[in-house]
Amino acid sequence: MAQIELAGIDRSFTVGDSRVHALSALSLAIEAGEYVAIMGPSGSGKSTLLNLLGLLDRPDAGHYRLEGRDVTTLSADEQAAVRRSRIGFVFQSFHLVPRLSAAENIALPLTLAGIAPPERERRVARALRDFGLEERARHRPDELSGGQRQRVAIARATIMQPALLLADEPTGNLDRHTGEEVTQLLEALNAAGTTLIVVTHDPAMGRRARRQLMMEDGRLKSDSRRQAGPADESHTAPGSAP
Amino acid sequence: MSPADTLRFAGRAAFAYPLRTALMVLAMAIGVAAVVVLTALGDGARRYVVGEFASLGANLVIVLPGRNETGGVNAGSFITNTPRDLTLADASALLRAPLVSRIAPLSVGNSEIAVGGRLRETMVLGTTSDYIDVRHLALAEGRFLPQESLGHASAVAVIGGTLRRELFGNEAAVGRMIRVGDTRLRVVGVMAASGQGLGFNTDELVIVPVATAQAMFNTNTLFRIMVEVRGRDALVPAQRQMEDILRSRREGELDVTLITQDAVLGTFDRILGALTLAVAGIAAISLAVAGILVMNVMLVAVTQRTGEIGLLKALGATGGDIRRAFLVEAALLSLAGALAGYGLGQLGAWGIRLAYPVLPAWPPDWAVAAGLGTALFTGLLFGVLPARRAARLDPVQALAKR
Ligand SMILES: Nc1ncnc2c1ncn2[C@@H]1O[C@H](COP(=O)(O)OP(=O)(O)OP(=O)(O)O)[C@@H](O)[C@H]1O
Ligand SMILES: [Mg+2]
Repeated sequence: MAQIELAGIDRSFTVGDSRVHALSALSLAIEAGEYVAIMGPSGSGKSTLLNLLGLLDRPDAGHYRLEGRDVTTLSADEQAAVRRSRIGFVFQSFHLVPRLSAAENIALPLTLAGIAPPERERRVARALRDFGLEERARHRPDELSGGQRQRVAIARATIMQPALLLADEPTGNLDRHTGEEVTQLLEALNAAGTTLIVVTHDPAMGRRARRQLMMEDGRLKSDSRRQAGPADESHTAPGSAP
Repeated sequence: MSPADTLRFAGRAAFAYPLRTALMVLAMAIGVAAVVVLTALGDGARRYVVGEFASLGANLVIVLPGRNETGGVNAGSFITNTPRDLTLADASALLRAPLVSRIAPLSVGNSEIAVGGRLRETMVLGTTSDYIDVRHLALAEGRFLPQESLGHASAVAVIGGTLRRELFGNEAAVGRMIRVGDTRLRVVGVMAASGQGLGFNTDELVIVPVATAQAMFNTNTLFRIMVEVRGRDALVPAQRQMEDILRSRREGELDVTLITQDAVLGTFDRILGALTLAVAGIAAISLAVAGILVMNVMLVAVTQRTGEIGLLKALGATGGDIRRAFLVEAALLSLAGALAGYGLGQLGAWGIRLAYPVLPAWPPDWAVAAGLGTALFTGLLFGVLPARRAARLDPVQALAKR
């Protein structure tokens, strides 16, 4: 049984009088621990697919089985619980809460999950260490560089030790060098067992993934796999084992 | 999210926008302060008036000439358009009522009082020896008016404390002669300080025998008759006995008014109580306005923080978590406003008491509770809509907004 199974997924939006088919008849299976890059032209449905995988959106038709459970029929609160414990998100624009410090931003998922403060502090301290953010723990997002912000966001996304990490253009707002660092960080987390699904416009980054999905007009144009490559050797970045 | 974490999160959010928070707290504070100050004023006025009349004593009936009741048109009104005056004969007749224990007829006027070279305008009260007991007053020096028949005009006077100080200074007052108008009187006593009561300030009064006052002002009428009855329970039957006596003395027509402390107090209590309520109602409107402001501010907050709400949902927050966070934020802002307003209101009431020492301008407990309660309630009530809007936001669209 694959970790993720999509069958006959449709998702369309009504814009004015016309309907836009963001995803149509999409079927897909992803195993636990895979490293998948989703690529394709703008408007091809990449973000829509990622939002569906992250239970932020519901399909109009079709089924989504996550770890053997049909999650399309879950209530909103049940879906929130799945997001809380099984899924981590990394966004292009970081999405840090501006009034909270780096440490408090990282602690947010633990707070939402109702984990007791002492345990929370212990885990946040470890994450700060793992992601090289100890010096920045008390800084607010506007006092951090782009790379540091994305590291805080990744620390936050992984603090609950999710089985699935979803990243929508995680390096889109970063310069080349910082983007490379962040990519290595994500790959290290994947190497430690987390399923990693990255939406990217960058062909170089896409090539590093072991599996590439090419989207076009809401459909899967190609699904290619690559055997061991250079990405598998770049486990030098710091990261915590889930 | 645990309640403590929700509270902390909402508190941080409230503090993140200091200007917005300060303005909203101010609006709420003004509403609560208005309730506190205005009810303090209204209730202070009520207590002041009630206090004035409460000093009368519970088993007192005041007889005054004229029928000043509502719907006061009766047969007599057509025969005589001016009511018959009250006289000393009426007063002594009232003593025949079995339930009447004491009477004090009152005759008042203004005159000049002179001692040596010192001259001063003052109020003269003509009454009897029982006045001091009927009014529960006390003497500071000497004796009160002598026990004598109503018609006897002895040349004695009892003066108030202020007059004594102004006319005699440190010298002895008892035994000295004073001139009131054209009449020479001997001071036999000085009243203890008692302040305002029933329209007279006893401290500035010259009290003389009633016949002396009537001679001085060349009249045979009375201003009022104060009647003390034998106990509180006797109030109603005594009133009936007095009415019978007075009616028989004026050809079957009762053209006098009998008032009791209970009736006066009841009336004033009702009128001023209603006034306080009305004032509280007006102040409550300002609280409602503050509530609408809370709603507006929270709606803006939801719009400002749309991206954050989307993020929280992505991190696994339920709609309930987000609704509670926003509701608690509204409640915190209202609470801060209510407390600030309470402080401001108490300060205002204190200022009023300072400016008008006679007015006991303390906000009543019920008004304070109602003001604080309404503030919190409106804050929460008007916070519900924004909180629900936040909770219902679609996470994808919320995240797309920056
Ligand atoms: N909320 C929405 N309302 C209307 N149309 C939408 C909405 N979300 C997505 N779409 C449409 O669905 C299609 C797919 O959008 P999606 O955001 O998935 O594209 P994408 O592949 O992520 O593009 P990009 O690379 O530019 O981010 C587009 O045509 C878009 O206009
Ligand atoms: Mg996209």
